[in-house]
Amino acid sequence: MVSPGPPPAYRLLGGRIPYVDGPLKVTGRAEYTDDLRRPGMLVGRLLRSPWAHARIRSVDLRAAREIPGVVAVLTGDKYPTPFGVLPITHDETAIAVERARYIGDIVAAVAAVDEATAERALAAIRFDVEPLREHSDPRVGVDPVTDPIHARGLRGSNVQKEVLQNFGDVDGAFAHAAHTVRVQGRFSGVTHAFTEPLVTIAEATPDGRLTVTSATQVPHYLHRALSEVLGIPMHRIRVVKPEVGGGFGGKSDPLPHEIACAALALETGRPVRMLLDREDVFYTNHGRHPTENDVRIAADRDGQLLAYDIRALIEGGAWSSFGTVTTYYNGVLAMGPYRVDNFRYHGRRVYTNRPPSGAMRAHGGTNLRYSIEVGLDELAERIGIDPFDLRVRNALAPNSTTVNQFRITSTSFLRCLEAVRRASEWDAVRPRLPYGEGIGLGCGFYISGSNSPIHFAPDIPQSTVHLKVDMDGGIAVHSMQADIGQGSNTLLAAIVAEVLGVDLERVHVQRVDSDVSPIDLGSYSSRVTFMMGNAARQAAERLRDTLVRAAAELLACSPGEVRVGHERFETSSPSERSVPFLDALHAAMRTEGALTASGAYRSPKMGGSYKGARAGTAPAYSFAAYVARAGVDPETGEVSVRKVWAAFDCGRPLNRLAVEGQIEGSIHMGLGQLLGESMNYRGARLMNPALLDYKILTPAQMPEVEVLLVGEDDPEGPFGAKEAGEGPLVATLPAVANAIYDAVGVRCYELPVTPDRLERGIARRRTEHRSWKGVG
Amino acid sequence: MSSPAPLKLTINGLPVATVAPAERVLLDLLRDDLGLVGTKRGCDLGTCGCCTVLLDGRPTLSCLTLARLVEGRTITTIEGLAPPGGLTPVQRAFVEHGATQCGFCTPGFLLTATALLRENPRPTRDEIVRAISGNLCRCTGYTKIIEAIEAASTGAP
Repeated sequence: MVSPGPPPAYRLLGGRIPYVDGPLKVTGRAEYTDDLRRPGMLVGRLLRSPWAHARIRSVDLRAAREIPGVVAVLTGDKYPTPFGVLPITHDETAIAVERARYIGDIVAAVAAVDEATAERALAAIRFDVEPLREHSDPRVGVDPVTDPIHARGLRGSNVQKEVLQNFGDVDGAFAHAAHTVRVQGRFSGVTHAFTEPLVTIAEATPDGRLTVTSATQVPHYLHRALSEVLGIPMHRIRVVKPEVGGGFGGKSDPLPHEIACAALALETGRPVRMLLDREDVFYTNHGRHPTENDVRIAADRDGQLLAYDIRALIEGGAWSSFGTVTTYYNGVLAMGPYRVDNFRYHGRRVYTNRPPSGAMRAHGGTNLRYSIEVGLDELAERIGIDPFDLRVRNALAPNSTTVNQFRITSTSFLRCLEAVRRASEWDAVRPRLPYGEGIGLGCGFYISGSNSPIHFAPDIPQSTVHLKVDMDGGIAVHSMQADIGQGSNTLLAAIVAEVLGVDLERVHVQRVDSDVSPIDLGSYSSRVTFMMGNAARQAAERLRDTLVRAAAELLACSPGEVRVGHERFETSSPSERSVPFLDALHAAMRTEGALTASGAYRSPKMGGSYKGARAGTAPAYSFAAYVARAGVDPETGEVSVRKVWAAFDCGRPLNRLAVEGQIEGSIHMGLGQLLGESMNYRGARLMNPALLDYKILTPAQMPEVEVLLVGEDDPEGPFGAKEAGEGPLVATLPAVANAIYDAVGVRCYELPVTPDRLERGIARRRTEHRSWKGVG
Repeated sequence: MSSPAPLKLTINGLPVATVAPAERVLLDLLRDDLGLVGTKRGCDLGTCGCCTVLLDGRPTLSCLTLARLVEGRTITTIEGLAPPGGLTPVQRAFVEHGATQCGFCTPGFLLTATALLRENPRPTRDEIVRAISGNLCRCTGYTKIIEAIEAASTGAP
């Protein structure tokens, strides 16, 4: 085998690159949507349904419209075209049409001169409604029901999507297995809780155009939904994305308030600002689905995994959102990081009269991964082998194909395991932790960009980047990729600067504006580094080639003899000489004028030909192995996470500062879901739509994190990189749950693991006289 | 709604004379009346800390503070932290340590950290954690924010 040699070193990439927008953000000068003001701007407000499920017989808007200062009042009948992020499940409307489907569903919208007037108008709207059967239990909704939430539910039920997959011989594998384990996990819904509330400003102008500025992480999908619902061609709509205060998936669907705001702008001819309050944001939700899963794992006597048999019941809430993808992901993302040749999955996503769930960081992979990794911990204990050894024995090989035909290229999963085992001193520490202290391992696997994009056609690039450089030597970069805080603008600038050899300050990433930004599908499915990165690299290399040819003429050598130096082009043929970047640029401009270049990326064809085969395919996958140390107070059931060692394979990390930030933030979010966050319902009613009652981890609860970046270069990733935005979350939860088990001998099957739940488990163990580490 | 009454205060070192009705909260006064939009509106309920400003040097939630109650007092917002064109050491540390991701919580954290470091130039890690426990960040897991404040406190780069 040929040794590839040491990976190439880069001038900027691979280092710690401070975010290019940092100075604006620390001075309060970064512009978010709600910071923008337009002359004559109206206030838009939404009326939300107090009914969980009701038929709207009629609406009386007269009193509301007569209030001085009220400019427009809209109900759903004006723009009834359904939309949704997936083209196959358009079942959302901007404003409810004939039926309200959850407490919080938008039933009317108002534009007025100020907030107080808008609120008075909302209060003056009169509804005549007929209550319908309320559905809040997905277990009931799998069967035919009275008043199903949508007509498209399967066989008169509330089932939005059902997936059945079967590869290999699962029953045979279980029949012959030496060991089987079963984990039945129950997961509360959780929500993104980004700090910037949802907000949109829309303006229709007399030239027949509509401009929509919004806190969105996928400007392109918003653009398409606006066009479809409002009946305006896309080229007459301009979508602008300023800075976005966090998304985590919650700003990736086109959202009803964005369309309602645009509708009010069309109605009034004036700019309208629609700022949602925090309660509205909770009701908009689209967070991680409440889920019950049932994961059975079969293994031979040595711990070789033979089969997975997985079921999932996923509560969707009132709309489809990304739900079809969710339903697939809750099964198929089991196909890494271990090789398992027999796989069966039955997943169902069920509508309920609750706020819609959708995509949230590590979408579809988190709850499934939790049950698998807890199951593997049980399996290792059952067999009597170390949890690490069990994983090593089953690791997917690089350049392999899974039983459901996922293409696996690079994987540094074994390196992750090795690094985290060493750094955490697993072998020395684990045997000597006393009762109440534990250590656990959890692993991860996630897509590095969906290969099955929501797009016009499958063969159109998923990302495009334009560059423009003029006489000033500044390089303008345009792309519809969406920096929502993860640092994609910084990476985009750094890739361009790296390839051209220039200082970062020459490169100016432009605000996303659909009039000038070429289409990139935005920030979801951990696609940006991989796809935008490749597009940016190609654009920059094309520009570089033009400059190199000009430099070669100035240096009187051939282009092949020119090297890219720092702010200059160099040659050693026939002697060491160089020309400054600007000289080469100006020489090139003599023939070309201002230079432009474009690059694009489209993922290669992959996946099988069976129904649903593309779900979960990606041009690369990330891998993770985390170890957590946790303490449990056996009296109160309170968990203190002491430290997390996070070994992650994102290929080559291009900006270590950003990758660390993604991992640390993911761990915080994962621990939140494990230990406290929960959308609490009483029937159909959300009980905690406020940050005070929705328990996000505070700084005092956040453990120390040690990040270990051990990935080898991915063959197709830009400069060898893969994703680091979502995969880092999934290993967090089971690593800590397995540490809790090690501490007190209690398995946690229901999330969040609140102190009372854990204390009950500890007490039960004590009552049953099952001692743990010599206690109880 | 009550009728607006005159209101005088000092904001970022400059005297400000304006008017505010009794129910006007400081956050609205800053953002909507005075255009100081660096102060962020995250929850309007005093739970996220994004709207933190310094009131006579102490971190204060502007969304829960009635504007008329700060008559005659001194407010510092994120816009007033650094001299024009410059950054304070803690702002610089936030940039260098990657303590901003989406940046929406950043102004609140910086004002909280600034007050902490003025009062206690060499805080322990625990003291930093306690000081920022009223500010919510959903991006960073607080790790790099704490690192940045530590770096600013020791003067390390």
